[in-house]
Amino acid sequence: MGASQTRLEHNYDDLTEKSGFSHEQIKNLYQRFQQLSGNNEKISRDDLERIPALNNNPIRKQIITAFFDKRNQHQNDVGSLDEIGFEQFLMVMSHFRPVNSKATEEEKATVRKQKLRFLFNMHDTDNDGIITLDEYRTVVEELLSQSGAIETEVARAIADAAMLEVASTNVPHMAPDDFYEGITFEHFEQILKGIEMESRMHIRFLDKNAATMRCGKLSS
Amino acid sequence: MPSRTVSHGSSGRLRGLFLVMVLVFLESSVFTLAFASSDQHSPTTAHSDGHKATDHGSHNNTGKAFPVLDLNYENVRVPFEISLWVLLASLMKLGFHLVPHLSNIVPESCLLIVVGLLVGGIIRGTGETVPPVLDSKLFFYILLPPIILDAGYFLPIRPFMENLGTILIFAVVGTLWNAFFVGGLLYGVCQIGTESSSILSRIGLLQCLLFGSIISAVDPVAVLAVFEEIHINELLHILVFGESLLNDAVTVVLYHLFEEFSGIGTVTLVKGFLGVISFFVVALGGVLVGVLYGILAAFTSRFTSHTRVIEPLFVFLYSYMAYLSAEIFHLSGIMALIACGAVMRPYVEANISHKSHTTIKYFLKMWSSVSETLIFIFLGVATVAGPHDWNWTFVTVTVILCLVARVIGVVGLTFIINKFRIVKLTTKDQFIIAYGGLRGAIAFSLGFLLEKDHFPEREIFLTAIITVIFFTVFVQGMTIKPLVELLAVKKKQEAKRSINEEIHTQFLDHLLTGIEDICGHYGHHHWKDKLNRFNKKYVKKCLIAGERSKEPQLIAFYHKMEMKQAIQLVESGGGIKLPSAMPSTVSMQNIQPRPPTKPAAERAIPQLSKTKEEEIRKILRTNLQRTRQRLRSYNRHTLVADPYEDGLSDLFLKKQKMFQIEKKMNTYLTVPAPPPDSPTMCRARLASDPQAYSIKPALNKVPMIQVDLASPQSPDSVNLLDEFGQANQQEEEEQGLMMKPPSRPREGKKPGEEDEAKDQQKLMRCLSDPGPSADEDEDGQKESS
Repeated sequence: MGASQTRLEHNYDDLTEKSGFSHEQIKNLYQRFQQLSGNNEKISRDDLERIPALNNNPIRKQIITAFFDKRNQHQNDVGSLDEIGFEQFLMVMSHFRPVNSKATEEEKATVRKQKLRFLFNMHDTDNDGIITLDEYRTVVEELLSQSGAIETEVARAIADAAMLEVASTNVPHMAPDDFYEGITFEHFEQILKGIEMESRMHIRFLDKNAATMRCGKLSS
Repeated sequence: MPSRTVSHGSSGRLRGLFLVMVLVFLESSVFTLAFASSDQHSPTTAHSDGHKATDHGSHNNTGKAFPVLDLNYENVRVPFEISLWVLLASLMKLGFHLVPHLSNIVPESCLLIVVGLLVGGIIRGTGETVPPVLDSKLFFYILLPPIILDAGYFLPIRPFMENLGTILIFAVVGTLWNAFFVGGLLYGVCQIGTESSSILSRIGLLQCLLFGSIISAVDPVAVLAVFEEIHINELLHILVFGESLLNDAVTVVLYHLFEEFSGIGTVTLVKGFLGVISFFVVALGGVLVGVLYGILAAFTSRFTSHTRVIEPLFVFLYSYMAYLSAEIFHLSGIMALIACGAVMRPYVEANISHKSHTTIKYFLKMWSSVSETLIFIFLGVATVAGPHDWNWTFVTVTVILCLVARVIGVVGLTFIINKFRIVKLTTKDQFIIAYGGLRGAIAFSLGFLLEKDHFPEREIFLTAIITVIFFTVFVQGMTIKPLVELLAVKKKQEAKRSINEEIHTQFLDHLLTGIEDICGHYGHHHWKDKLNRFNKKYVKKCLIAGERSKEPQLIAFYHKMEMKQAIQLVESGGGIKLPSAMPSTVSMQNIQPRPPTKPAAERAIPQLSKTKEEEIRKILRTNLQRTRQRLRSYNRHTLVADPYEDGLSDLFLKKQKMFQIEKKMNTYLTVPAPPPDSPTMCRARLASDPQAYSIKPALNKVPMIQVDLASPQSPDSVNLLDEFGQANQQEEEEQGLMMKPPSRPREGKKPGEEDEAKDQQKLMRCLSDPGPSADEDEDGQKESS
């Protein structure tokens, strides 16, 4: 591990520039990465699925998939990976950095777009650039999946209503024969205008010494 | 404010007439009160003796004339006066809104204080003594609780919890800072700045500190009254308002601490330490008491399904008991009330009927509105009543110090807080927070409670308190609105919560929790998630009756939205087209993917031209819109068993009928084999139905009504009324329209049926009276009358 550690230190500046985290934060995240991967260089899906705390999460599948989605790597690539290295891990995490309060309006808009893009990619599983009704239905069903026996019809009704709302807001006048293909990214942005993504979608990354981090041990 | 639909010409005259009436009423009420207060001193025993004597006399002397018209004011004096005051307050409130433009410039609270001053002035002008209306007992036990309960019950939990740390720091540390700063500096000024013989130099440090603690608390009533009208963004509103609520604990502790110390005269370190401990006891104890009563109320509401009429009463009583119980132990009553309201709300609302919900909402708003009005009027009257002791130095120094302390406190604390916040507070925010620190009637009442023996300078204090209150309410209250405009502070977002936002808020919650878990540290979201799961698993099962305990939040939200849409439909006059914010022709048809593969049945499509289709639709629609009178069976005890009481059900049925017809028609156009009833027959039957609805005795057959958000053209629109497929057509014809459970075999696209029990409950909730436009999103906002 010594060799990779020094290699990593060389890359700190590189990583900071790419992801925007500070050195301390990168160090902490690297430690977590090591823990998850069992000291390997790469993390596979199984490694993430082994995290016990995720079991209660209704959308864990989507979350794990998002880590392996190439679209979230800021590189205009599509498809999915089987394993990710630390840099890719970091890139995905960088979507959840809080926006700097001193940032200008344009910077905030860019950050907001980035975060919304992440969400959009999570919904748009077949990567055709639009969220179709089926995909949206899946989203709602997954959300309700942990709540006991929910009739799919209700989930469907909710998804349908939501879709209708998107369509009504964005394309107000459609002839009865027109077909609304799905939610494009612009429409997605429009309907989520009310939620301030740049201030809601973030978690607090630790700056301090990792000893204060109470990591969930994989074996517990 | 509701817009007046009266024509402009006559409205002017009507307004004038009304104002004249109000003024006449004002005069007469004032004189009555004045007369009454002078009567206060007449011995009631003599009167009753006289009464007895006349009775006795009339028995003995049958010659004496029987009093046909007798005047006996004493018996009804107290209730009469109370009613008069309340009526005065309410009329004033009405009157303000009639005068154009006045309510835009001057906040209501200012006007009310002026009215109070006027009334007090008139009473004094007639030579009578002004009644001591702002009696502390009256204030703390009668006037204040409704306002606090209203605030607590409708507290927006999410922003409150998200900003809890900030709010607590402002409330606790901010108030402490204010109290000590003002008290300490005031003492310094009194000692140094004046001659040793003047009255000021005799004020001790403890008295000054006590005064400081009284004057430093931001007042929730005043904040509510002023912030109500400026519609500021949610964050700032919750920060200032939350601070005003939570600083009660600090105020209570400091007040009792210094009062006791002043009485004794010495301070020891132990006592100081005990003071700190007592703060925690007061605050946490108050919250605990509140939570306890809240859980009790939630549990009680679980069993009220058969006595819906008294449901609101439980909410009010338990909350009031929480307040009083906390006051018994000198705990913070306000925090108890807030905790009680906030805790009981989600569970109670899941259990009670829609009517009860509306009742609770409107009663709370009504009481709190009246209370607030009365408080401000009484403030005005009490100002006139005195006793005053004006001391230029003291008063001006107090006002200046209060302002300075507030500004320094807010700026300093924000500097520290911003280190821990993600969404930092900008300078504009800080300014509004500082400027919004209004003092109000609580400070006055606390000052009033001081005993004269311990505090010879009580009058000076009271005068200063009143001056500060006037200053903050008038100056700050009046100027905050233009300042908000000037500084372009973010206003409250009026948009209602859409279902997309709800879905994504929940999605985001889970996403962030998941990321935190992957990251490995237990942050904000992790604990919130844990709490939610605990709530769902144990608490909800206990406190919510029946099936609703398992209903996930998203579905609950969806149903709420459907209800609201339905209510909107009723109020738009029964138009078939759902009123939407943006007129849109998008319907479910546009969204559904092209029918990929139809199940087995081959659909040969006989072509009917579109125009013909439209014509048929129009005919059906117009025929179905004929309204019919319903049989009203009113029974005070069984509100629930009367689902047909309102136009709402009427409309539901109409809508259902229409959808049914539409659907049938659509299938006629696509399916070759027609069902037994053709549209024309159905139409004939409906149109000729003059009979009343009869309530099906077996309530367990009552079906669920689900309103689809889709427009009528949708093939997917939902309804349950499936009269056609029923075996017992004959029975149906006689009884007219009846609701029956849906028949099992149905076409694929309908939503599934749910349990019978759930049906029943849903119907109970859905079909009860929605009342005037119940805007459930405006929970945190009081409706201006």
